[in-house]
Amino acid sequence: MSQRVVELEVLRYNPETDSEPHFQRYSVSCEDEWVVLDALNRVKETIDPTLSYRWSCHMAVCGSCGMMINGEPKLGCKSFLRDYEGVIRVEPLAHFPIERDLVTVIDDFIGKLKRVKPYLIPKHEKPLTEGEYLQTPAELKKFKQYTMCINCMLCYAACPEYGLIPKFIGPAAISLAHRYNQDSRDGGRDERQEEIATTEGVWECSFTGACSEVCPEHVDPASALQQVKIKSTVDWYTEHLMPWVKK
Amino acid sequence: METIRTDVAIIGAGGAGLRAAIALAESDPQLRIALVSKVYPMRSHTCAAEGGAAGVIKPDDSLDHHFNDTVGGGDWLCDQDAVEYLVQEAPRELIQLEHWGCPWSREANGSVAVRPFGGMKKQRTWFAADKSGFHILHTLFQTSLQFPSIERFDEYYATDLIVDDGRCQGFTAIEMRSGQMKRFHAGAVIIAGGGAGRMFPFTTNGAIKTGDGMALAYRAGVPLKDMEFVQYHPTGLPNTGTLLTEACRGEGGVLLNKNGRRFLQDYGMGPETPLGKPVLKTMELGPRDRVSQAFWHEQKKGNTIATRWGDCMLLDMRHLGEKKINERLPLVRDMSTSYLGIDPVTDPVPVRPVVHYMMGGIHTDIRAATPLAGLFAAGECACVSINGANRLGSNSLTELLVFGRRAGLSAREYVRSGPRAVNEAALVAQAAAAQARIRSLFEKTGGKESVAGVRKEMMTTMEQNAGIYRTAEGLSEACVKLSELRRRYAQVELTDKTNVYNTDLLQALELGSMLDCAEAVAASAAARKESRGAHQRLDFVDRDDVNFLRHSLAYYHAKEPPRIDYRDVVITKSQPGVRDYSGDHK
Repeated sequence: MSQRVVELEVLRYNPETDSEPHFQRYSVSCEDEWVVLDALNRVKETIDPTLSYRWSCHMAVCGSCGMMINGEPKLGCKSFLRDYEGVIRVEPLAHFPIERDLVTVIDDFIGKLKRVKPYLIPKHEKPLTEGEYLQTPAELKKFKQYTMCINCMLCYAACPEYGLIPKFIGPAAISLAHRYNQDSRDGGRDERQEEIATTEGVWECSFTGACSEVCPEHVDPASALQQVKIKSTVDWYTEHLMPWVKK
Repeated sequence: METIRTDVAIIGAGGAGLRAAIALAESDPQLRIALVSKVYPMRSHTCAAEGGAAGVIKPDDSLDHHFNDTVGGGDWLCDQDAVEYLVQEAPRELIQLEHWGCPWSREANGSVAVRPFGGMKKQRTWFAADKSGFHILHTLFQTSLQFPSIERFDEYYATDLIVDDGRCQGFTAIEMRSGQMKRFHAGAVIIAGGGAGRMFPFTTNGAIKTGDGMALAYRAGVPLKDMEFVQYHPTGLPNTGTLLTEACRGEGGVLLNKNGRRFLQDYGMGPETPLGKPVLKTMELGPRDRVSQAFWHEQKKGNTIATRWGDCMLLDMRHLGEKKINERLPLVRDMSTSYLGIDPVTDPVPVRPVVHYMMGGIHTDIRAATPLAGLFAAGECACVSINGANRLGSNSLTELLVFGRRAGLSAREYVRSGPRAVNEAALVAQAAAAQARIRSLFEKTGGKESVAGVRKEMMTTMEQNAGIYRTAEGLSEACVKLSELRRRYAQVELTDKTNVYNTDLLQALELGSMLDCAEAVAASAAARKESRGAHQRLDFVDRDDVNFLRHSLAYYHAKEPPRIDYRDVVITKSQPGVRDYSGDHK
């Protein structure tokens, strides 16, 4: 197996002992095929047990290990060392407060997610004894990509608007609201629009598309936001010009 | 120490914990529910389940078929009353998830689609492409957000159960963000803490699966049942251990040895079926224990392929074609391509068996109740047991739903069955003792051991001695080594002595959990002098129903190895028979 020594420059911050964040260098022997997370694990096991970061699945599905790698929001478990040359700089996700080292405080997202009502509000109640709602593959396809969000927060770290205006509900939460709005079983769009078709909602988005570029699951939040904008524009016109028409 | 008072506290917020919380919130909105987890709910390992969840839905299937497949698959070590309950509740639970929005894959007419799975006689595995567990977890998590009575405590690590007057009345937990210990005072506690695969070095399990829930109950005197049964999934990526779902074979993928032979036909799972036309319950759709064991024999015969990550067999999916692979197995393609550099569309993928699931766990009854009053358990950390000696793929997601809900309802019943006298002083004293234990670990100086060092030795021991095939010699070596490691664990000194998000402390505590679980595995395996399901002994090669048609129960001892006792299996309608995976074409 071929090995190489990787130079990591990791942002360190411990609120109990540090007045401000600083970088620490580690030289660590790695296998060629490893990801950045493997390198961090090697550091923690063999060099510095105090280094703190979140991780679990190592297969890009639990969403724990979002971090900035050479300035870009990435999953540590899906960022291959072979794609980097020279020193690799690892920092906590941008736009979130640092709890410690690479661990960020994500309370803001957790609160926003709850606000957008990301759960099915059934169009028609159906008792369980009557079986499943029918949903064709075409109907499923309308929202399936938006269900793939792993809540990894890379899109928030990439979003210039969120960096400037923290009240912005942001890409992942709006995409998840949109996911339910697009679901043929759902009838809760009006309730969700109250949260997302607002200034703090989609209208804060300036459509840079950065969220979609960094999304590791190809959710394409930017398209969700634009669709919500269009729908809410149609809603506005319908409401003001044709008040007799039901949405 | 701050006290958090609640009616029911749930430890673990994966599939089982969330399902329990929702069942409680729906059935009794007045109850206060504390959902406590060492990670955010969506990080829980349920998210990594790929293939799907079993439940009878199609007209050609029946509850009896599901029952018989499960009991036979478990080599008759399942409690059959629990299996009856599982198969009967399964369709309702899967439909319930559908009503909550789970994006199940569909037939053209809009009904839910099912796929074939190993050891199942009929197609009954509901799936959402190959991210079924992920979608189940997120559907449950998102659904849970609408219930105001569910209060979450994300990133709290539970350290000790509080037991007084013969009842579980709460626990202590460390808030990771502050490093502060809190006391949860609860009328009932549900443990849904997941499995313990990380005690092995090569596993599909995420970093968080360290047996904490099992160890919590075990140390409080609740026995761990059938811990010797550790499932190896046949098809893991050889370098990372990443799971390639059994659905690869359900969709028609085949397993080859180095000569290109579909070798399962040489191990009682033949004759060979036509390529790309999988036949249920035979060849590549045999059960996981048999397939992993066949690999071991091929390895002994020199029929495997040497790779730099160890000996492998080949999982060939090329004949499925790009369209089907993209539609049904997109994650598999992505994982294999990115982590191994092999695209299953164009090349066979080298794979090897990998530790995947604990059949054993906290001893519970059909109500999800443990022998300790006020304590319930569900999901992988529990052993009801519906999995017996070998779990069938796609039964575990169903299990966490059915018994997660059951645990919630049972806890409610218990809490509502009357107020119980509380000796506050005794509870406070226990919490203080738990805090003192953590503090002594935290403050210790002059220790000679490191977390990473002891952990590595534990993993090596487990892999060498408690793997697919076992011997008295190897298991006895494991028992001696683990008991030594438990002693040395007391000498672990932390490097990190600060409070905020201290993962050095967290990993030390997790290591303590794993060591306790590992010792229960080794001791139970040494005592079971027969071969059954996933527990195969080279020195006792046959199943022995006279002496071992029984569950093992491991009881914790602080300084000694566990005491092993037994309990009869519940048989309702299926007498032990021969497991036949030779298909219908004998």
